[in-house]
Amino acid sequence: MKPKVAFFDFAGCEGDQLQIANLEEDILALLDQVEIVSFREVMKEHSDNYDIAFVEGSCTRLQDEDRLRQIRKNAKVVVAIGSCAAIGGINSLRNYKELDEVKKVVYGDSAKLFDAYAARAIDAVIPVDAYVYGCPMTKDEFLHVVKSLLLGKKPDIPTYPVCVECKKNENVCAFERGQFCVGPVTRAGCNSCCVNEGTICWGCRGLIDNPNENSEKEVLIKNGLTVDDAISKFSLYFGGQERKK
Amino acid sequence: MKNSNLNLEVHHITRVEGHGNIFVNVREGKIEKCEWAIPEAPRFFEAMVVGRLYSELHHITSRICGICSIGHTLASLKATEAAMGIKISDQDLKLRKLALHGENLQSHILHLGFLVLPDLLGVGSVIPLASSNPNEVKTVLRLHRKANEMSDLLCGRTTHPQRLIPGGFSKIPSIKELTSIRDKLKESIPDVQAVADLMKTLAPKLPDFSRETEFIGLTSPDEYALYDGKIGSTDTSGAPANEYLSFTNEYIVPISTAKRTKHARESYMVGALARFNLNYNNLLPMAKKTAELFNLKPICHNPFMNNIAQLVEVVHSLEDSIRIIDELESTGLQSQPEYNNPEIKVKAGRGVGAVEVPRGILFHDYIYNDKGYCTKANCIIPTNQNHGNIELDMKALLPKILDKSEKEIELSLEMLQSL
Repeated sequence: MKPKVAFFDFAGCEGDQLQIANLEEDILALLDQVEIVSFREVMKEHSDNYDIAFVEGSCTRLQDEDRLRQIRKNAKVVVAIGSCAAIGGINSLRNYKELDEVKKVVYGDSAKLFDAYAARAIDAVIPVDAYVYGCPMTKDEFLHVVKSLLLGKKPDIPTYPVCVECKKNENVCAFERGQFCVGPVTRAGCNSCCVNEGTICWGCRGLIDNPNENSEKEVLIKNGLTVDDAISKFSLYFGGQERKK
Repeated sequence: MKNSNLNLEVHHITRVEGHGNIFVNVREGKIEKCEWAIPEAPRFFEAMVVGRLYSELHHITSRICGICSIGHTLASLKATEAAMGIKISDQDLKLRKLALHGENLQSHILHLGFLVLPDLLGVGSVIPLASSNPNEVKTVLRLHRKANEMSDLLCGRTTHPQRLIPGGFSKIPSIKELTSIRDKLKESIPDVQAVADLMKTLAPKLPDFSRETEFIGLTSPDEYALYDGKIGSTDTSGAPANEYLSFTNEYIVPISTAKRTKHARESYMVGALARFNLNYNNLLPMAKKTAELFNLKPICHNPFMNNIAQLVEVVHSLEDSIRIIDELESTGLQSQPEYNNPEIKVKAGRGVGAVEVPRGILFHDYIYNDKGYCTKANCIIPTNQNHGNIELDMKALLPKILDKSEKEIELSLEMLQSL
């Protein structure tokens, strides 16, 4: 029997679930291997009987927690897909500000009508078995994680920084071009895609497990950058991880 | 049989972008409640970007919507460029228009093929169609892939583009890559025709329902406005984009985390049908023919015809993309440095960017200080502009379909939301 899978979304842009549609013809191959029993964006049917739950988006309010716990109860395996679910992602940018002020900026005097707390990765609420990082996640890594899970293997996700891939791709270092890049401390696995496209690494795959602090300091000193520069750039995606510490 | 009593509560309705709930209550034939609520968790982007540098805003606000991330990026860049007085080259303008066409194609094909087609064929999703209608599904997938290949080429990737930056592009495609994608688009024309023929046989299933409303979208005397133009309305005269606040007039309803908007009436509609109604004369020939196939003429007040307007736009985007690449081929491409990072003279100021994204007109409005940090931001997205209009459509449609089964009522109301 094919394993039953379900997709769920919380606070996010739905761009990770969109990558399923972007698998194009590979969707048909995926459907040969798994049975999709719930996917609100594209299907009317819904079942609570599933083996693997893919969750996109951050947990950003108390009421999200109950839904997450229910998903955890129903599923054998929970996979966080995309930065918002895996590390808190761009949503965590608001965690650096006073929440009441944040709510007031958007809703003014009606702010009290709407719930919100600090944005967090879903593993702040429930145990997570596997992660597909990235904003958005890449199709290849998603397929790798799915294949690994189906084979009962642990997915192979890099623990080294983006710089390793970037050097292999022979990019001109962003620091040498006078730009600030988060690549030295960001988890690889994206094949340094943003630098390949002519820009910088923004840090969307999250802080690596053991960032080399001394080497990061060296990069900052060498390029005349300050700790404030670093903190500012790190805050784009690392806010959820900071919260966990 | 008339449903004299009906209690419909659909939570987290399916097959739409974003979350929505429908609440309907009919007692003894009288509609007591008919509401459309958005319970989605608010994201607070307008607060998050305050204090961020001008070079980051497009990257952050792209994350508002995965499906129209190219459009958000472009609206954001246009706002930043307006604030700083940055002009982009004609070539970059053409490349940006291509990027927007790529997104429009991708999103419309996804919507028509993955969401509308199952509705019209009476199944719950595209999944069973993979085995019951494999050819149709493969046609849709082929078109979707080509649209995405075009966005990949222009933007680096389709979701959360990388190459679009203040002042232009960090990297541009080669002319060979562009003409190769143009040839693929040309090859797609029979596929688009196949989809049009299929929609033609299914279109009679779209509810025959009209309710007069106001349509708002970008307009231009020169082209079917998508990247640039003045704000136009079917009710009133137009205005430049930076006067958008007099059109949007946002207000808050307690049942929704999404704000609503209104202009000349209680509500207005944005999106493919609004653009069609406002810009019909500037559609390219094949697109006009497609509209004729469905007898679609401006001003059409049937919201369900938005699906057909999307199909017309698919044809238009295809034609216009081919035309733009032909032009670029004849003029040749100006090369630019690797890792291009245009020098920007930072200055304080305010800028508004308006762009048509698949779901309708989108506004980004930023104020920057003299160091280039954002001090205030406002983003008004198309789906929010449509919520008030959707609820009024629901209220007008419901009495006309009360004699149908609960399941059919639910489906008709759901189809209104997923336009």
